[in-house]
Amino acid sequence: MARADRPALMPAAVGGPPSTESVGRAVEAVWRIESARIVGALARYTGDFELAEDVAQEAVAQALVTWSRDGVPANPVGWLLTTARRRAIDGFRRRSTLDERYALLAGQLAEGEASSGSAPPRDRSDDLLWDPDRVDDDALALMFVACHPVLSPEARVALTLRVVGGLTSEEIARAVLVPVSTVQARITRAKKTIGAAGVPFALPPAEERRGRLGGVLSVLYVIFTEGSTATTGDSLLRPDLAYEAIRLARMLAALLPAEPEVHGLLALFELTAARFPARTGPDGEAVLLADQDRHRWDRSAIRRGLAAIGRAAALGRGLGPYGLQAAIAACHASAPSVPQTDWERIALLYEALGRVAPSPVVELNRAVAVAMVNGPQQALAIVDELVATDRLTGSYLLPSVRGELLGQLGRTTQARSELELAARLCRNVRERAVLLRKAAALA
Amino acid sequence: MAKYMLIMRATDESLAKMMETPFEEMLETVGRFNEELIRAGVLVAAEGLDDPAQGVVVDFSGETPVVTDGPYGETKELFGGFYMIDVASKEEAVEWARRLPASAGAKCEIRRVPTIDEFPQDNEWIIKERAWRERTGQL
Repeated sequence: MARADRPALMPAAVGGPPSTESVGRAVEAVWRIESARIVGALARYTGDFELAEDVAQEAVAQALVTWSRDGVPANPVGWLLTTARRRAIDGFRRRSTLDERYALLAGQLAEGEASSGSAPPRDRSDDLLWDPDRVDDDALALMFVACHPVLSPEARVALTLRVVGGLTSEEIARAVLVPVSTVQARITRAKKTIGAAGVPFALPPAEERRGRLGGVLSVLYVIFTEGSTATTGDSLLRPDLAYEAIRLARMLAALLPAEPEVHGLLALFELTAARFPARTGPDGEAVLLADQDRHRWDRSAIRRGLAAIGRAAALGRGLGPYGLQAAIAACHASAPSVPQTDWERIALLYEALGRVAPSPVVELNRAVAVAMVNGPQQALAIVDELVATDRLTGSYLLPSVRGELLGQLGRTTQARSELELAARLCRNVRERAVLLRKAAALA
Repeated sequence: MAKYMLIMRATDESLAKMMETPFEEMLETVGRFNEELIRAGVLVAAEGLDDPAQGVVVDFSGETPVVTDGPYGETKELFGGFYMIDVASKEEAVEWARRLPASAGAKCEIRRVPTIDEFPQDNEWIIKERAWRERTGQL
């Protein structure tokens, strides 16, 4: 029987001209693997992040046309780099009529170039840009720039997915559920902001390093969280987006192996993603932790997650907020069932987390763990304290946990109204359905 | 995401080239490539096979299987090892394959690996296989 994938392989095998779609996918593939290094190298050479991103995108657009006509070049990355660099030189030359500095830069950039613009890109010219000792620093500097505090959180996410993750505007739009034009506008604006704020293309100075790294990690965290608990829309998970965050975290862990929180964040992602296969039922409905078929958890992801926590701990500086969250996720991942989970350790880890990163959500989660160890009464005291101090107002999580605890204490009327309140506040259709089911079950 | 197997095929020419390369140098070239796959977060598994001369071939052309010691036929396009990678598209798999540190004459075949989700889920053998995969973390 003929396999469906066979015919598609034929044209390439006989050397026919590549189709526009296949060229598009080939360009996308190279871009996905190399965007960070390409934009990073160009930004270092031009000293202008906005220009680097622009010319890289122009090179990608040019590749779609040229590769469709002439076939995919032997060295696609070199081709993209050379083409982008030519564009940058042209840009500098145009501007040099206005400004002497650009003339100088254009001269430096063109060094080693035998001919100007019109000649076809040569394969070896990427050697000029591609300094193996600097590609890592370039990619890292790019992450820091894309996650720079002068940018809005949405812009940081869009720019990171675009330049570091190598996603197209269309892919980003699909991932964050906004129109393509919005993504494009965010990216354009972000590049202009970076230019206007005079953000240098460089690794942050030592004294800012820790804080700026925190900024990068929180961008990855936002991307992962949006993929793993979609706040809006009718599906609970967007695994591709979560996977993208994992890929970026792996890249970062390779670039900064001595930072415990990078490994902690990666561990948290792996251990959370391990539960994805069990988190939704056949119709896409949410399945709660207690009801999940733990056989469906991804054991490979759990192993990778535990290994990453191990690396974080081995650095000997203690676990930070991400490492602690990962340690909590590890307790769940290693437990055969909810009752057989080490809730005492989880309660302790939440307590530690509350100390290094105080937040009402952490306190609420601690209440859930305390309920498992010491019963609902003691947990309700923690939750009521949150209500009394007016924290977490407007979040569906507070009434949802409170309703659960009241239900366990047999205070069904109060429990039901809390769960109904939680359902009204919840923006995810799937999670809302679970809350309403619970409320109805109390009747 | 989909899994692809990069199937490494050696020829007499590429084997001869490889034998000429100093062992340390080979380790470094292959190691660098593996490192790239790991850093990009796409490597799932990789194995290389031992000397084909030490292999055994079971031939099913007759009524009963015939077992012969030694390499599989001639040493042209012998299967020498594989990489399993998890990537977004066939093109991404191809792009990684292009970067393989392979000797001249060698070939690499790229094949998608279907997931167990693509088989009938109510088949008892598929259910058993899924259970094994879940146990051993090979979903």
